[in-house]
Amino acid sequence: MAGNELRPMQYPVGIDPAALGEVERRVSPDEAPPLPPNARLAWIGKAVPRANGHAKVTGSALFTVDRKLPGMLHARLLRSPWPHARVLSLDLDAAARYPGVRAALPIHETVGRAVPLPPPGTSPSTPPARQVLYVGDIVAGVAAATPSAAEAALRLVHVEYQPLPFVADIEGARSGDAPHVFDGPVAGDSHAGGAGGDVPIAQQGNVRGPDRSGSRGNVREGFAQAEIVVEGEFRTQVQTHCCLETHAVVADWEADQLTVYMSTQYTVGVRDELARVFGLPLSRVRVVVDAMGGGFGSKSGAGNYVRAAVALSRQAKAPVRLVLDRREEQLDSGNRPATVQRVRVGARRDGSLSAVSVDSYGTAGVGIGAGVGNFAQSIYSCANFAIAQSDVFINAGPGSAMRGPGNTPGAFAFEQIIDELAERLAIDPLALRDRIDPSAVRRAERRIGAAHSGWSRRHAPGSDAGPVKRGRGVAQSFWGANVQTNSACEVRILRDGSVELLSSVQDIGTGIGTVLAQVVAEELGLRPGDIVVRIGDTDFPAGPPSYGSMTTASITPPARNASHQVLGKLFDAVASALGAAPENLVAVAGRIATADKSRSMSFREAATHLRTERISAVASRSDDYGGFARRFGDLASARNALGGVQFAEVSVDVHTGSVHVERIVAVHDCGRPMNPRQIESQVQGGVLMGLSYALYEERVLDRNTGHVLNADLEYYKIGRSRDVPEIEVIFLENYQGMSATDAYGIAEPANIATAPAIANAVYNAIGVRVRELPMTPAKILSALGRIPQRSGGQ
Amino acid sequence: MNRFEWTSAGAVAAAARLGPVTVAEAMATQSGAPGTAATVLKAGGIDLLDLMKEGLLTPRRIVNLRGIPELGRILEGADGSLRIGSLVTLAQIAEHPLVARRYRALAQAAGLPASPQIRNVATIGGNLLQRPHCWYFRSLHHHCLRKGGATCFAFSGENRYHAVFAHEGCAMVHPSTTAPALVALGARIELLRRDGSRRMVALESLFLTPEEDIRRENDLKPGEILAAIILPPMKPGVRSWYERQGEQDSFDWPVAEVAVVVKLDSPGICREAAVILGAAAPVPYRAKAAESALIGKPSSAGNARDAARAAVAGADPLSGNGYKLPVFEALVARAILHAANQG
Repeated sequence: MAGNELRPMQYPVGIDPAALGEVERRVSPDEAPPLPPNARLAWIGKAVPRANGHAKVTGSALFTVDRKLPGMLHARLLRSPWPHARVLSLDLDAAARYPGVRAALPIHETVGRAVPLPPPGTSPSTPPARQVLYVGDIVAGVAAATPSAAEAALRLVHVEYQPLPFVADIEGARSGDAPHVFDGPVAGDSHAGGAGGDVPIAQQGNVRGPDRSGSRGNVREGFAQAEIVVEGEFRTQVQTHCCLETHAVVADWEADQLTVYMSTQYTVGVRDELARVFGLPLSRVRVVVDAMGGGFGSKSGAGNYVRAAVALSRQAKAPVRLVLDRREEQLDSGNRPATVQRVRVGARRDGSLSAVSVDSYGTAGVGIGAGVGNFAQSIYSCANFAIAQSDVFINAGPGSAMRGPGNTPGAFAFEQIIDELAERLAIDPLALRDRIDPSAVRRAERRIGAAHSGWSRRHAPGSDAGPVKRGRGVAQSFWGANVQTNSACEVRILRDGSVELLSSVQDIGTGIGTVLAQVVAEELGLRPGDIVVRIGDTDFPAGPPSYGSMTTASITPPARNASHQVLGKLFDAVASALGAAPENLVAVAGRIATADKSRSMSFREAATHLRTERISAVASRSDDYGGFARRFGDLASARNALGGVQFAEVSVDVHTGSVHVERIVAVHDCGRPMNPRQIESQVQGGVLMGLSYALYEERVLDRNTGHVLNADLEYYKIGRSRDVPEIEVIFLENYQGMSATDAYGIAEPANIATAPAIANAVYNAIGVRVRELPMTPAKILSALGRIPQRSGGQ
Repeated sequence: MNRFEWTSAGAVAAAARLGPVTVAEAMATQSGAPGTAATVLKAGGIDLLDLMKEGLLTPRRIVNLRGIPELGRILEGADGSLRIGSLVTLAQIAEHPLVARRYRALAQAAGLPASPQIRNVATIGGNLLQRPHCWYFRSLHHHCLRKGGATCFAFSGENRYHAVFAHEGCAMVHPSTTAPALVALGARIELLRRDGSRRMVALESLFLTPEEDIRRENDLKPGEILAAIILPPMKPGVRSWYERQGEQDSFDWPVAEVAVVVKLDSPGICREAAVILGAAAPVPYRAKAAESALIGKPSSAGNARDAARAAVAGADPLSGNGYKLPVFEALVARAILHAANQG
């Protein structure tokens, strides 16, 4: 069709608002016309208040735990008290007979963890006896009329365990005589970064690896060329997601439909997963989420607990509500794996890198993918790069994706090594990065951050007198600008002038619903409050996930294009009444007007001219206008990755080992910023999460019993009110002419740079490098050599 | 949490007649599995509810003391002493002008634990009598010595928050943040018995080491109700200070804390000293060597440092908590100087 030929259009490009350039892109006529810079827009790029903010603070927002269905049952899960055991018998009879119990089932779901590969030549028809692999592994579930009946019934489940040898620490698990977590080779999906699960990888004992993919060039030659080599071993801890809202589901299995209300980051993904697992057509499964209290990667799929709830609902023929408590949350809802990384960097005197090698061992418990991501691989120019990433299995709950998976621990090590290299070269850490960092965006961010943070006042390491020493540090972020092309939405105009946007995209808490209202309002000449946003329901067009920093990039272009297209239909309907050709009409300030503004009518009046009750348009995410850098199925990466630079100012009491972060200046980019207020909030959240990772959080696993000792928020320490520093958020407008909105994400970059920026500031304060997280008083005093040798004790 | 009967007592005698037992006793009647037979008292309920939610305590009946007015008052005695009812909240103590003026270490200690929400509910009595927060003690899956089991898991396990002094048999640290200040200030307590009689003891003598009784942290007898804490009148020249260090600045347990009371004569020579360490041992731990090091000497940074060094000299840290020693040393020196330099 001639009408679908690509047309050349001019788009703003650049990061300096005073000196934007233009780029020509050839785009489909279905695309909305080029959007001017934010300064010339009514709603996009403006600090529009969060649409559901009032509902959230007044308690009227509907979270999954608030769902109450007629006849709804309450489920509880029985979990293993053993870190490793064979289940010799499982007797549910007494539990099933308990008054009020409507379903009792053994549960053996293994999503999210490594699963044994069948030995060659055997048939998979004879499954071996069930083994539980960690404390908290799900064994059985019951659903009853009341929570207390479910709890009581759980106590009547009789399980006979045969405890097996276990291992609960990464060093122990690597040793040759360690008990094996798995009897043989395993496979599984990698969620947490690195050491992918779908490629054949060697496995010996509890060590699976190394995976060397990503290596390039010749590091042997690279190190031979090096005039300076810096290296170090870094350790990062297990961090848990600590969503304020614990994992929750209400599963309703009916004869012709499965409806699942759940706190999830990806309604469509859960729908697909449940349809596959339960043998249902996609058209018979509906997943719904309204308000959500965080996910951070831990609510990406259905997971074992949702499968359990669905199975219980099918058995009971009633809706089943299952809400994890905080203990279950800490034991078995995913975590950021621990890592041990040996990093080595070779450089020439001018700072250019000749070789980088990273050797990492990580543990995601019984999961796969405890790697360090693509941070060292991608952020700086270096021809010779070698990486070897290995998973070490231990008897602990499986890891999962968590905000900046892989790259967050990876950055902690690599940005400290770069800081160390700068010191060895006797050049400023910012100047070194100017030399080795190809990103023009981060270069601009370094300049801005240096000015705002007072970087020029940074002193020599450890040069303060007195016990309280201050320091400044900087670190950078690397994360891809991701896009999900399987992302669509529908925009409708109704005859009374009301407007709806529909998509299955969910609001994880970052405010995508507000942004979508801004986009539609901008295009239709209305106000964001005029737009009814219906999201979080798979009955609507398939939206993107809320992970991988891709939501805004994926769903705002279709929202604008669908608005543009449905507006065209409205123009068609009112053109004759306004005595103008449809292409000569504009929508502005609540009115439909001729281009010369000589004739107009209100949007509402225009809608009365519709031939049918409502009109609509559905649009999906087109490819980036300049093309993608990479693409795997529905997932694509933009040509230019996201930047982000953070500056930390700390004080360290060298007598008590106490670290205070006083200020963080976070300079970020996300393409075209859509809502500065929400972006600022999201960056603050990322900084706080990174600060908490840097100083406080650590899952403590008892080496002798395999139990998590701090499966609570008392001894699992997460940043609290007085630990919050001053956070200054600055972001660029980075126009690239890539889509109808030119927007990208911010979630992960906001988190990745924080811990290494703090670590570099701690070094600058005390002149001693702390290579292990979290940087507690114990670690600081140990690094300073202030802990006396033990004389006695046990 | 189990089902339980709820009773509100209007007077101490009425509460006593219901036959309450101590929480330690209620837990000790359980052999591995939680028992349900006991009647227990509830003050603020902070620790009681924690224990119940953790499945460690399943009482048959809870007697709420919050409706007893006499337990909720702070009264100044004619002799200048101060009587603090056991149900006075930490927030009330922290904000009380007389406490702030005369017993500064206590005001500081009462104003820092947990969170403002908890301090608004937590009582001084409950703070003193709460059960340990050792993570093995609080775990249903670790049947430790203190719960009637056969082993202390902390010695060979994860002990970063455990004791560095006097931990023979059990490495818990005493959980009360107000106890070091109260002991340092020479507080006495008034205990009411079931028959209506009263017993007065020095607070310091209430606490039991693991060697004295590994199942109880204090010598509260069955049926006894802690009615009040009595602070002695402050002699001229006496001043106090409290220091603490946690891993976090709010809602965190201290890894080290210290309360110091000194009596200085007019040339500034220390005549009496109390140095009590918290988060250090299974009881509030009196650093006698530090006290001796102070007495007879003028207050100076050097003398404070010497006393601080003496305070940790006899410590016996475990595999993972040696870092506490430099923290204690720093806090003791700072607390001594702050106490001495107050106007």
